[in-house]
Amino acid sequence: MIDFTLDRKSGTATYAQLIQQVEHALRLGLLMPGDQLPTAKQVVGRLAINPNTVLRAYRELEARGLVEALPGLGTFVRRSLVAPHDPELEASLGEWVATAREAGLGDDDMRSLLEFALSGHRREIA
Amino acid sequence: MIALEAAGLGKRYRDTWALREVFLSVPQGRVVALVGPNGAGKSTLMRVAVGLSRPTTGRLRVFGEEPYGETLERVAYVAQDKPLYDEFTVGEMIRVGERLNPRFDAKGATRRLNDLNVPGRARVHTLSGGQRAQVAITLAVAKRADLIVLDEPLASLDPLARHEVMEGLMMAVADTGMTVLLSSHVIAELEEVCDHLVLLSRGRVQVAGDIEEILQGHRLLVGPAGTVPGGSYEVIGEHRTERQTSLLARLSDPVHDPRWTARELSLQDVVLGYMRSPDVTHYPPPVLAERGDVA
Repeated sequence: MIDFTLDRKSGTATYAQLIQQVEHALRLGLLMPGDQLPTAKQVVGRLAINPNTVLRAYRELEARGLVEALPGLGTFVRRSLVAPHDPELEASLGEWVATAREAGLGDDDMRSLLEFALSGHRREIA
Repeated sequence: MIALEAAGLGKRYRDTWALREVFLSVPQGRVVALVGPNGAGKSTLMRVAVGLSRPTTGRLRVFGEEPYGETLERVAYVAQDKPLYDEFTVGEMIRVGERLNPRFDAKGATRRLNDLNVPGRARVHTLSGGQRAQVAITLAVAKRADLIVLDEPLASLDPLARHEVMEGLMMAVADTGMTVLLSSHVIAELEEVCDHLVLLSRGRVQVAGDIEEILQGHRLLVGPAGTVPGGSYEVIGEHRTERQTSLLARLSDPVHDPRWTARELSLQDVVLGYMRSPDVTHYPPPVLAERGDVA
């Protein structure tokens, strides 16, 4: 079962932080279909937040088709977000990182470049 | 169902009005932050809500009934000084609660205080401030009330005790779906806990409503000095420098003005903005929407 944490200084709404953490765990494969999410009471018992906030996050995850609430049983993962494993893609990204580092780019420079490329791509499909 | 409703509520002590023309409508299941400067009327409003004080004008209803007689079985209250009998042991306090309240959950209270390492044999006057608060709030929760009213429950507690008090309270909310009305000065700590705000100023309601809607409806508008953003909004507060103007605004519609940026605000920003302008009030429209109960 995953454990939620709260970044009280992030400025991101609490329910949105819970959603992000579930999606992150789904991407990393820490949560798989059939896994149960903590109950609202369990989350509240750790984070001292309003239980309605937890329920709201779970409703939103359910609306996205990622989890399913089974009345009386709990909330369960329906779908994984693990990207299909593609060795070729991973190798070419590894090569790109090596080339970029040789060219003197730091991690943050590479992240910015990737972000730029992604937003460019988003503009193209929009 | 409306848990707490006030219409034209006023309370006068001699020639001073502690509350004036208060209108409120709090749906069941909300966790309400009651905030405002000292002397704004928070404690008076709570005392009226729990039947300890009668309105001078207007009315207040709890679950549709005036807060007297049997209705008070549905209401629990912890005053600011967390009154307990000093010479009683914790176990004796639980038995007092059991005798006085028909629905009292003595087992649950005993278990909760055990979990918190508050010994049942300890006398109340030997407890720390945090333990005392835990006992008072645990007893109030054990009453199995539908509305729990807590006057400054976090005052004089250390950060760990604050967290534990809130955690216990929120677990009770998760279990029962009860409505909570709590007053506090520490607004930042309420943001994760409360979903409804009542801000009092000089005995009147300045702002009231679901916190999310209040945050959605307010923005900090920042733009060049000497200009005014176009759009439909009410200015709550403003700050000007030579080059720049910042307006805390309640928006009727989104502001679309290319020279101005609209920043989202935290609950604390909004509350402080209103507190700095105590004369700005707006009465909320009655809240009619119902939300699902807590599972």
